[in-house]
Amino acid sequence: MTGFPQLLHAEWTKFRTVTGWVTGTAMATLLVVLFAALAGISSDQKGSPPVPIGPGGEPVTDSFYFVHRPLTGIGSITVSVSALKSGIPTDLAELRSGVVPWAKAGLIIKASTRQGSPYAAIMVTGGHGVRMQDNYVNDTAGPTTGASPRWLRLDRSGDAVTGYASADARHWTKVGTAHVDGLGPTVRGGLFVASPPSVDGMGTRGSVSTAAFADLHTRGGWADRHWAGDQVGAESPSFAGYPRNASGSFMASDGGFTVTGAGDIAPAVRDTLPTGGTRGDILTGTFAALIAVIVVAVLFISTEYRENLIHVTLAASRRRSGVLVAKAIVLGVVTFVAGLAGTLVAVPLGERLAHANGVYIFPVTSSAELRVALGTAALLATASILALSVGALFRHGAGAVTAVIVALVLPYILVAIPFLPASVSDWLMRVTPAAAFALQQTLVRYDQVASNYTPYNGYYPLEPWAGLAVLAGYAVVSLAAAALLLRRRDA
Amino acid sequence: MSPFSNREPAERSARGIVVAGLRKRYGATLALDGMSFTVRPGVVTGFVGPNGAGKSTTMRVILGLDAVDEGTALIDGMPYRSLRSPLDHVGSLLDAAALHPGRSGRNHLLWLAHAQGLPARRVDQVLKLVGLASVARRKAGGYSLGMRQRLGIAAALLGDPPIVMLDEPFNGMDPDGIVWMRGFLRSLAAQGRAVLVSSHLMSEVQDTADHLVVVGRGKAIADAGVAHLIAAASAGRVALRTTAGTHAMRVLAHAGASVMATGRGTITVSGLPADRIVTLLSQSGVPFSEVSAHRATLEDVYLELTHEAVEFRAATPAKVSR
Repeated sequence: MTGFPQLLHAEWTKFRTVTGWVTGTAMATLLVVLFAALAGISSDQKGSPPVPIGPGGEPVTDSFYFVHRPLTGIGSITVSVSALKSGIPTDLAELRSGVVPWAKAGLIIKASTRQGSPYAAIMVTGGHGVRMQDNYVNDTAGPTTGASPRWLRLDRSGDAVTGYASADARHWTKVGTAHVDGLGPTVRGGLFVASPPSVDGMGTRGSVSTAAFADLHTRGGWADRHWAGDQVGAESPSFAGYPRNASGSFMASDGGFTVTGAGDIAPAVRDTLPTGGTRGDILTGTFAALIAVIVVAVLFISTEYRENLIHVTLAASRRRSGVLVAKAIVLGVVTFVAGLAGTLVAVPLGERLAHANGVYIFPVTSSAELRVALGTAALLATASILALSVGALFRHGAGAVTAVIVALVLPYILVAIPFLPASVSDWLMRVTPAAAFALQQTLVRYDQVASNYTPYNGYYPLEPWAGLAVLAGYAVVSLAAAALLLRRRDA
Repeated sequence: MSPFSNREPAERSARGIVVAGLRKRYGATLALDGMSFTVRPGVVTGFVGPNGAGKSTTMRVILGLDAVDEGTALIDGMPYRSLRSPLDHVGSLLDAAALHPGRSGRNHLLWLAHAQGLPARRVDQVLKLVGLASVARRKAGGYSLGMRQRLGIAAALLGDPPIVMLDEPFNGMDPDGIVWMRGFLRSLAAQGRAVLVSSHLMSEVQDTADHLVVVGRGKAIADAGVAHLIAAASAGRVALRTTAGTHAMRVLAHAGASVMATGRGTITVSGLPADRIVTLLSQSGVPFSEVSAHRATLEDVYLELTHEAVEFRAATPAKVSR
């Protein structure tokens, strides 16, 4: 009896009885693990300062200039911001004035000056109006009138911090109330200026900003009469420091302050934490494993044509497309298992080695962790089916291997070139089968952080499963075309 | 219509293979041009003709691997691709080299067995049957062509099919192997199987086949029993032994016969009955020692039949079979 289960059994027997194919698939597993080990040991950051971690466990940038006093219990602070000017260094290391859209000047109430401590703040920005932000990841837009000066107010009561904005110090608009856990009875409150790196072409340049504050009033449990000025997080992996010839400072003048600062109070991204590693970095071996998988998958069918074995195979089956589907299932399952095994060993190994070398790895939610592991296995399995189908279409090994590597591995390698324009790499990661590498993205984009969200930096243009869908689309279309041609063509 | 044909109307429901009016064109080349013949159970049918005559193409068509422009090829009354379980009907060997060189002979049979739902036990049975049991676990890439032929035959027999179809199974076999193969094919037919064996050399099948399909230029030019073919080729010819060959040929030609010197002191005469030849030679005083009905060999039949096809082949060097 020749049914589909028999075909599957036959194709599985074929696969497991050719040593080269089994070895090739095991190689794919080993390559994933090997590259993870290399990634883990290749970077030595022992002794570098720790990455600041926000209340949510995410890495943050928490470096800014802070003019502060202690506040115990209930209290309120009001100020006007009349100017916010930013300077960006030129190639000659001179500062020219420019707009840094997320330069920030305003009021902040923070548990302590320790980096990563909880806070709530209301601020004027370089290009995004008034914002109320808390605990690094939360961002609320304030009233949008462009009037200047702009009055800001923070009221604190326990863990609740409410922000207000006003254009005239009489009519106040409430922007939002943040419930900041862990503020404690006594907090630090006051003025701050931050100035994140300015995105410039494919890189960033550290900027510095200066704000003019006036009409500073405090009410409630403010201690001291004396404002202290401090640079928070001067030495931090997520802070590139001040441009040359610039430094943080504050100056009292006419009942107000002029404050100069750099840095940011925001979640860290790849640009601001370039020394941090990702799951995608640990799984770099995926591209090498793909090459092994593609070669095995193509040979699984092209050898049958080369040796005329396809006649025996087709004569032994009732339906020709059944042969192709059986091969696809066997190959897909074998590759998925090999890929999953590789990932499950590689990720903990790479992370452990990286941690031992003092390398910080961007954290991953458990659902994203599962998605990366299953997704990488699915990426390899789907690629094997694509390669099988192209092999059946070409009926020629070398041509098919070349075609699939060009379509799937080459874009990934191109994207790893730092000077490839973002528009080109985004396009490549949308339309080519390599879009499926989005499955390995673990970095998060933040609207309130300007950065190079490019594939090179680990940010893909498509959602993870949409990326896989692109690859799967190519695989399904190729498989259907191959099945059709197999039925139509003389064997 | 060839004088050697004694074709019967195709029996569509018959067991065996019925090929009717196959026509297939590859570009400018007509590979099959009305190929028709029948393969019956219990008989070894030789499928002979020069290389490129369409034998392999016909076999691929029978197995549903190649499509034809016209005609039908039926296995037990059904097209191959309509058979629910094709390997239960026909076992075939198209190309002994069709192996993965890295897979052992046993594993090659094992996947084929699994494709038919047969257990590994059956693999060991057929390996023993063809005498490969001792080398079965070696990589097939190291097999001689003769060993590959045996492996191919083992593969064809896995499903114990009532029809066995083998393309050039004698190729690359040593003399021992050829003797074994002849006996083996005859035993398959004796078990009631229909056996179709192709060859481009008549000598390979002449002692094995009971029935012959001679092909040339894409069609069967003879489809008849071996005895019938020989009789037809021998009909009306007389062999004559004489020491005065030239004189005898002049006398007989004068009387209207076709005369041909076929060897030292032998002449083949056609167009005159034997008694008339004796009378003529006696009257003319030509010495002769033996007059007998000429007995053609299969090789003669084959050469005569395929003469045209060989000419065709010489004029068209392009390979017809792929």
